[in-house]
Amino acid sequence: MTFRTATLDAATLNAASNALRKHAHPTLLRLATAGSVDDGKSTLVGRLLHDSKSVLADQLDAVERVSRDRGLAHADLALLTDGLRAEREQGITIDVAYRYFATADRSFILADCPGHVQYTRNTVTGASTADAVVLLVDARKGVLEQTRRHLAVAALLRVPHVVVAVNKIDLVGFDQDIYTQVAADLAAVASDLGLPDLRTVPVSALEGDNVVDRSSRTDWYAGPSLLEILEALPSADDPSHEEFRFPVQLTLRPQEAARDAAHREYRGYAGQIASGVVRVGDEVVVLPSGRRTTIAGIDTADGELALAFAPRSVSLRLADDIDVARGDLIAAASSAPEPTRDLVATVCWLSDAPLSRHSRVLLKHTTRTTRAIIGAVDGVLDLDAVQIVPAEDLGLNDIGRLRIRTSEPIAAEPYAGHRRTGAFLLIDAQSGQTLAAGMIGDPLAGEGAHADQWDI
Amino acid sequence: MRDPHLSAITEATGITETTRITEAPGIAGSAEGRLTLDHLDTLESESIHIFREVGAEFERPVLLFSGGKDSVVMLHLAAKAFWPGPVPFPVLHVDTGHNFPEVLAYRDRAVAEKGVRLEVAMVQDYIDDGRLSDRTDGTRNPLQTQPLLDAIAGHRFDAVFGGGRRDEEKARAKERIFSLRDEFGAWDPRNQRPELWNLYNGRHRPGEHVRVFPVSNWTELDIWRYIAREDIDLPELYYAHQREVFERDGMLLAVGPVSQPRASETVVTRQVRYRTVGDMSCTGAVESDALTVDDVVVEVAATRLTERGATRADDRLSEAAMEDRKKEGYF
Repeated sequence: MTFRTATLDAATLNAASNALRKHAHPTLLRLATAGSVDDGKSTLVGRLLHDSKSVLADQLDAVERVSRDRGLAHADLALLTDGLRAEREQGITIDVAYRYFATADRSFILADCPGHVQYTRNTVTGASTADAVVLLVDARKGVLEQTRRHLAVAALLRVPHVVVAVNKIDLVGFDQDIYTQVAADLAAVASDLGLPDLRTVPVSALEGDNVVDRSSRTDWYAGPSLLEILEALPSADDPSHEEFRFPVQLTLRPQEAARDAAHREYRGYAGQIASGVVRVGDEVVVLPSGRRTTIAGIDTADGELALAFAPRSVSLRLADDIDVARGDLIAAASSAPEPTRDLVATVCWLSDAPLSRHSRVLLKHTTRTTRAIIGAVDGVLDLDAVQIVPAEDLGLNDIGRLRIRTSEPIAAEPYAGHRRTGAFLLIDAQSGQTLAAGMIGDPLAGEGAHADQWDI
Repeated sequence: MRDPHLSAITEATGITETTRITEAPGIAGSAEGRLTLDHLDTLESESIHIFREVGAEFERPVLLFSGGKDSVVMLHLAAKAFWPGPVPFPVLHVDTGHNFPEVLAYRDRAVAEKGVRLEVAMVQDYIDDGRLSDRTDGTRNPLQTQPLLDAIAGHRFDAVFGGGRRDEEKARAKERIFSLRDEFGAWDPRNQRPELWNLYNGRHRPGEHVRVFPVSNWTELDIWRYIAREDIDLPELYYAHQREVFERDGMLLAVGPVSQPRASETVVTRQVRYRTVGDMSCTGAVESDALTVDDVVVEVAATRLTERGATRADDRLSEAAMEDRKKEGYF
């Protein structure tokens, strides 16, 4: 083929133009995939991209060429997602890769998490930003220990939605009873783990059944296709039901450098709203100092707003001249967390060197980085049994319960109700490596849990 | 029952009916009245957050600016992030010497308008004094790596904003938003820091630096919809115009000082536009009727070719051309 783009024909352009006009404000949904080796995850992602027409002709050309070179009869859609030389050479996926596809009224960011190499580390990473996890289960194998583990990670990271694609339904002869049994088993696990929303769909990633288009070969299944489910999921959390939280990134105080002389006296606190809604006139508290004030203005480069909500980046002006700096949290006065230096947290250990070699670390919580000492290890989470078992150390991919003391107080609150202000990183001060992903409290126990309830 | 937050939106926007929420700027509402930012506002807010994190945590950031659309959008976002103050860092152009003249003119206009300082690292200087030599295929894109790394070391830049997007290319799909580079500028794709939530880890040792990609999550279509929405000025060659071109390796190359047709290649005048701008000798034009930004948005939404596949000879060198260049310290 030639790479010269011929002028597109009028009908194609018209269709694109109409779609853009009809959906002027598409929403964004962040997905993470999860699955075990050989359950067809790369094939499913490839199929989703291909059938939603997000794979362009030259990418498909390359896949077809490589597939032919390898002696394959069909284009191997998994090749669409393997980006690194080592991945293509070894036929495996090494690292989280990000994919982008869009339908008329929704854009998707998909964190494609490999199933076997450093499984927990990758899935925790992908799930940390996900609005939904897409989990693959092989219809022939049903719910395995691995599946329980995937679901436990989704529950731990408090991912709002899980969609399970029961794959290879063609290999069980499109048998309704098998699908119904797997779906029932999944529902039971979801209920055990307290997953708020789990949906299932029978698919064949290889043949395309129910991935984008509904299949005629599963006439006993009346529900939507996988893509239709993803298009209809409520996006993220609704800020109107959240408490207002605003980690301060920096102070905007241009003085003589102001681009407009009218702004020489300007003083605003820049940040991205972590949760909730803020309005001019709202009473807020600045943490950890505990000083109260009201919101005098909500600014953006495009003008003032009367209200703003997560996840918008804004600059807040306060009614009183109080000391505010990077790392402080501006929170709704009615529901502010209590700053503390003592944390009980659930962490996923991401480093090759075990926790025992890192007693003094840096802790990054919202926009504040502080020194921290790791105290007692309370135990490690057995993902199969979903319970804490005694342990003294954590190694790579372990999820454990720790006590941590910080040098400065932080506005900590339970991750269970606060995915942004309940999360933190542990960092090695010397090498700079990210050691662990941390969640304050016990995300699996829910919001009401307190440190003293955790008996091991 | 009426949601009190919708009343607040009504006050804020003057929009009275729930069903009209979708028409409020940046709010992609729904029938149930959930508060949801639309995708461009979500991406914009994410990028602004990234700029501010770097502005707060690094001492000497720099923004790579070529006058190409992605770098133009980056500079626009940086200006918004630090408003009403100035952009608190300079911009750096790694100049191949194979420029489209109108892009250089645009570059100078844009930095003057934004009031930022422009640093230029010239590939030509390296060729003149023998530190680099031209490749047999003539493309200078890979030659940018050494001047870039020298400029980073010479100015002691500790954070370098790049306009790379993950949808561009399969090696870039694996890139972090904060990407650590060692003292050789090398990217080690198998040893990247995991990136969780929106907590970016920018710790680095002396001599190391961090590449930061604030538009990682934007697609080509997102960039164009944003350019249209924000009415951002771009170099004219992004829009359809008449140009003398010749065909080489399936691409339309412009006739210019560094891209002369060979005896077997015929020069024709075509209506073209550029989807990317780079080294003039290896950046192809596409035939297009898109005269305005809205036309381009429609064209990008309808196209069946990726921008690099359509326009970059250097990315077609091998399956792993981009990965190999990135490992050596390329953008």
